[in-house]
Amino acid sequence: MAAGPTNPTEYIQGHLTHLAKPIGDGGGFWTLHVDSVVMAVLIGVASFGFLWWVTRRVTTGVPSKRQAFVELALDFVNGQARGIYHGHSKLVGPLALTVFVFVLMMNAMDFLPVDVTAKFTHLFADHWRVVPTADVNTTFALALSVFFLMIAFAIRAKGLGGWIHELLTSPFGKFPLLWPINLGMNIVELVAKPLSHSLRLYGNIYAGEVIFLLLGMWAATGVAGALFGGVLHLGWAIFHLLIVPLQAFIFMMLTVVYMSMAEEHH
Amino acid sequence: MNINLTLFAQAAAFALFIWFTYRFVWPPLMGAIEARQKHIADGLAASEAGRNSLSKAEVKIGQMMTEAKHRSAEIIAQGEKLKSETVEQAKAEAKAEADRILVAAKAEIQQEMARAKESLRDQLGDLVVAGASKILQREVDAKAHADLIAAIKQQL
Repeated sequence: MAAGPTNPTEYIQGHLTHLAKPIGDGGGFWTLHVDSVVMAVLIGVASFGFLWWVTRRVTTGVPSKRQAFVELALDFVNGQARGIYHGHSKLVGPLALTVFVFVLMMNAMDFLPVDVTAKFTHLFADHWRVVPTADVNTTFALALSVFFLMIAFAIRAKGLGGWIHELLTSPFGKFPLLWPINLGMNIVELVAKPLSHSLRLYGNIYAGEVIFLLLGMWAATGVAGALFGGVLHLGWAIFHLLIVPLQAFIFMMLTVVYMSMAEEHH
Repeated sequence: MNINLTLFAQAAAFALFIWFTYRFVWPPLMGAIEARQKHIADGLAASEAGRNSLSKAEVKIGQMMTEAKHRSAEIIAQGEKLKSETVEQAKAEAKAEADRILVAAKAEIQQEMARAKESLRDQLGDLVVAGASKILQREVDAKAHADLIAAIKQQL
């Protein structure tokens, strides 16, 4: 992007193109979105590094403000998880916290002004998208991880036989002729979970990013347009302040709900 | 919206972060929160126990106060009684002593009077003898008339 975009399509596509690196033979599936992976890892290291740093200085007495803040977040997540999930697993709390913090921080990258960050990222890459959750690969990765954990929870709670038995006999009954129908229903349900889980997050954040880009184009009309675009930008960012934590919260809640449902007996 | 290898990279990163939170972040923070909750609960229980013992102590103090008031009233009454008794006794003793002194004084006065009478009588006797000897113009032999003089003295 040495010359810069000449029309709106080019501008938007420029911002919505990943830094893709072919792996091995390259092409198709064998590509890696380096920007998404690097940003996700950086965000994760920063967020969980911060939490870990707080745990190094943790005290059972009067907590510092920093510790109180982290404890507040922890207690909030724990309260939500405990309210929904009544099983014995000690993984659900930490899982919910990880999901909430990770998704929240990745979503929050949406607040970075795209054209300003591009100034820096252009120093080392033509395309660099800073919001990992606006990449469907990231949201699918999270949702599929949760999906497999959910199946693991189900098998652990009911046994492999019990789980398969449930797939065949619920929701309609044990009669053998109903088995294919039951199985079909359950597969639809199973597939729908990670799909809706991931696409909801992806859709919200991607759409938010696109709106920011559309508002950014006001700057092409001159100084007055740039100022007006800035006002609109501010408005959308304030609205986005609601969407970002809300989507992170929904993602976390659904994770806990899926874990809880996995252990339920039908 | 193309699915590619990014998915696996992100899943691996996610798994790592879950493990990290599960292993290093959650336990110390949760432990600290629970320890503090226990601490606060203990403190509340202790303050409750303290309040209970305080109210018990107050009741006991009240009882002791009433008892002490009764005791002091008793002691004061006893003191009053003792005082009046002592005063009465002292009055009686003083009266007795005064009577005794009066009697003794009277007796002494009587004695003094008797003694004075005696000495007066003696002197009068001497005077009478002297007078008589003047009248008789001669010496009265006191020894010769001792009986007579003594009889006169007795009549004075």
